[in-house]
Order: sequence, then C-alpha cells, then structure tokens
Amino acid sequence: MQRDLSDRIYSGVVGAIAAASVLLLLAPTLVVLIISLTSGMTLKFPPPSWSARWYVELFRSPELLTPALTSLQVALWTTLFSAVLGSAAALALARNRSRIARLLDALFMSPMVLPAMAFSLSLLLVFNVIGIRLSFATLVLGHTIVCVPFVIRMVGAAVQQLDPVLVTCSLSLGASRWYTFRRITLPLIRRGIVAGGLVAFLSSFDNVPVSLFLADARTEVLPIKLWAILEGSLDVRVAAVSGVIVVLTLIGLVCAETLGGLSRSFGKSSS
Amino acid sequence: MSTPRPPGELAPALPLALVFLAAFVLPLVALVAISLFRTPAFAELSPAQYLRFLGDPFSLRVLADTVMLGLEVALCALVLAYPLALVYVASGPLIRTGLIFLILLPLLTSTVVRTFAWIVILGRDGIVNSAMLSLGLWDSPARLLYSWGGLVLALTQIQLPLMALPLINSLLRLDGNLARAAEGLGAGRVRAFVTVILPLTLPGAIAGLLLVFAAAATAFITQTLIGGGRIILMPSYIYQQSMGVQDWPFAAALSLIFTAAVIGIVAAIGALSRRLTRGLDAA
Repeated sequence: MQRDLSDRIYSGVVGAIAAASVLLLLAPTLVVLIISLTSGMTLKFPPPSWSARWYVELFRSPELLTPALTSLQVALWTTLFSAVLGSAAALALARNRSRIARLLDALFMSPMVLPAMAFSLSLLLVFNVIGIRLSFATLVLGHTIVCVPFVIRMVGAAVQQLDPVLVTCSLSLGASRWYTFRRITLPLIRRGIVAGGLVAFLSSFDNVPVSLFLADARTEVLPIKLWAILEGSLDVRVAAVSGVIVVLTLIGLVCAETLGGLSRSFGKSSS
Repeated sequence: MSTPRPPGELAPALPLALVFLAAFVLPLVALVAISLFRTPAFAELSPAQYLRFLGDPFSLRVLADTVMLGLEVALCALVLAYPLALVYVASGPLIRTGLIFLILLPLLTSTVVRTFAWIVILGRDGIVNSAMLSLGLWDSPARLLYSWGGLVLALTQIQLPLMALPLINSLLRLDGNLARAAEGLGAGRVRAFVTVILPLTLPGAIAGLLLVFAAAATAFITQTLIGGGRIILMPSYIYQQSMGVQDWPFAAALSLIFTAAVIGIVAAIGALSRRLTRGLDAA
C-alpha cells in the first residue's frame, strides 16, 4: 500500500517536472514569435494588437540587413572550410587507433572545451604581434577553428558505422581509391557531413566570442549587432529579426530531418 | 582494426593539423607568454599578473561567482532534464520525434534570440510581471531582469538541451528490463530509480553536467543581457580588460585562469564520476 503511494508520487513528480521542462523548452520560441507580431512600440506582453509592421520595418533597416548578410557569408565560408577540412580529418582519424591519431583528434576537439573567449583573444594577440590586420578572412579562420569539431564528431560517427569491408571489396575488385571514395565512402557518410555542416553553419551564424575579438570595424555580424541593440534599448525590430531566425532554423531542422534523419541519427548513436 | 596502418593514412588530417598548429596551438602559447609580462607595453617578464589576480578580492569574487553560476545552472538543468528524459524513453515513436524536435529547436536557435525571449519574459513589462500584477499577486513589477535568479533561470532553459540529449542517450542504452526486474522483485519505482536507473545513467548525467557547466560559465551574451551591468562574470571581465582597457597581459592571465578553472572543474567532476562508477562495479 505504502509502495503504491510512493510509486504514484514518483510518477506525479516525474510527470510534472517533465511537463514544466516541455513548457520551458517551448515558451521562449513562442514568446519570440508572438511578440514579433506586436503592433506596439514596446515589448509589452501580451501585444495590444497584431501587426506585421516590424517585419516590414526590417526591409527598411540596412543597419540590420547588412550585418545579416555578413553573418550569412561568414557562416557559409566557415561551413565550407569546416566541412572539407573536418571531413578529411574525420576520415583519417575515426578508425585509426594509433597514438598520433588520438592526439590529433583530441587537439581538433579541444576548441569545444576551451572557452572561446580565451581562444579568440589569443588569436587576436598573435595577429597584433605579427602585424596581420583584421579582416573578413581572419574572422572566417577563427570561426572555422571553433566550428570544425562539430563536423569531425558527426562525420567521425558516420565513418565508424561504415563497414570497412565495403571499401576493401571495392579496392580489391579493381576500383581506384578515388572511385571508391566517390561511389562508396562519400554516399555512406553524406548524412554525417550534412548534419555536421548544418550544426557548423548554425554555430558560426550564432557565434559571438570569436566575432567580438576577430572582426574588423567594418565587418559587423548579426548577433553582435543584436547584442549591441539589446544592451542599449529594447528595439522591437530585434523581435522581428528573431522571428525570422526562428522560422529559418525551423525550416533548416525540417530539411535536415527529411534529408538526413537528424532525430534518427540521435536515436541511432545510442543503440 | 588492430592491424598496423601505413602512416599515409593520416595524410587527409594534415591540412587541418597545419591550420590548428598556426591558428590554435601557436596563439595559445603566445597567450601564455603575453600573460607573463608585467606591463601592458610588454616589458619585463614576471608572474605579476597572476599575483595581481590572487591579491585582488574583486577578481577572485568574479571567478567564484562565475563558477557558482555554472554549477547552479548545471544542477537545475539536471533536475529538469531527468524527468524529461524518462518520459522520452517511455514514449512511443511519435512523441519521441516531437520531443527531440522540441529539444533541438532551441539548441539550434541563435543564443541572442533565446536570450531576447527571456528579456521579454522577465522584463519590467514582461510576461511574469504583467501576469502577477493582473492576478493581483504583486503590487508593483518585480526586478527579475538583471537579477541572479533570473540569470540562472534563463541559462537553465537555454542550456537544457545540452543536458537532455546525453541523458536520453544513456537512458536509451539502459536495458529497460533492469528497472522492470527491480520493480518485479519488489522495489518501488523510487527505489528502482535510485538503485538501478540513476547509477547506470550516471555517465550521461555527468556528460550533461559538464556540457551545461562549461556553456553556462562562458555564456557571454546571456550573462551580459540578463545579468546586466551589475553582475560581472569572467567573460565580460576578460572582454572589458582586453577590448576596453587594453591591458593585454592581465586579460591574457584572466583568460588562462578562467580556462584552467573551467577545465579543472570539468576534470574534477569527471574524476568524481569515475570513482562513483568504480565503487558501483565493486559493489
């Protein structure tokens, strides 16, 4: 009888906290979408009435559109470099148990542990000392270092699921190394590259610490622009920008799900 | 896999290795070197910057607050994520996919956007204040933004996915029959959780704790926007000392001390968990 009661309390507590977590996960996204459709001049919640005026306002705000475009360009170049360099490294390291391979893998993963601020400051100091001026290129370099671990992790997982016998077969049947890579390896790890590239893109687009230190005065990225606006005033246009970002992220997530089975790859990595 | 491989196999990793050497290893070595200069003009080698940090109560307080913030957020996230993960593994495929989407969406949405949402929720005219005022529970708007509690709450929500994903992974790996066996043998659900599920999913919980701790301690955007100007934490302190005051040696020392603290605590939690799981094996 007593056990029955404690079981019920346990289930109730677990259910209640889980419900709170779900609400907590969902609420901010909903809040952003709702407040972005306000007709008012402030972030007062709930909005006095509905309007798309702040979205329209965005098109007349070059001070927001230009950083958005810059962020997009930085993220695209970063994704390209991370995907190429990271996939190549993952292919070389994922199945290699040698000491030097483990060491390299640890090195490539360390930007995830190291506070990005410390790394960005260190790269800025080196640029200062050897006299390299900050530019778009220095920014992409910094972003690539912090984004490449995502590609290595996800491509590495895909490589580990790849049956090495397939490659051996192809080679022993007379296919060249390049042909084997193109027709056997690449299609089988594509899902990992897509997922890793997506996460690298999003984390570059979202990155602040690196851009804070490594962007020159002319290169202004979106998250830092938004941060600067929010530090000063509560501009409702930020809500509209946020709305756009949420919707685009949602589209990206759905694309990744249909193309590569993102949620399945989370389930799979566990079994 | 154990067969020795020709060294040429590592060649594809070479380009990235060179990039890392030039743009990651070298800068970190330079950071250490610069932190050892006594003046901002890079004159005279000495450990002066580190002594200055250790002798300055303000700096020590900033470090302690940052570590505390990381730990508090990690524990809050753990408490929220366990039930979520338990519900996930107990659900069917449809609800599972829905929950994963719900967890991934905030993880992939920009941090500034998520932080902005919390400004709307916690602000003076925000959701919490207007709800409390209209319900008559509060007489005047409370100061939720720019408060420690608000910061912990916002960061907990923002980093919750980092806790939920490793927990779900290790719960999925757990053989569900074990918990059922424990219950079948007469253990209550609470006891089955404490004696079977909790110890066996400890690695996932530890992984989550480490991720959330490191993310919360270094979350510059959320710390500055939700914490406001009065709560000074290590990331904004480093930013202020470098880009603001341009005291590069002190900023370098601060970054290294902060890095050492974060990695030290991550290693300590990791070691603690290894000891706990070893104890479990012995039992």
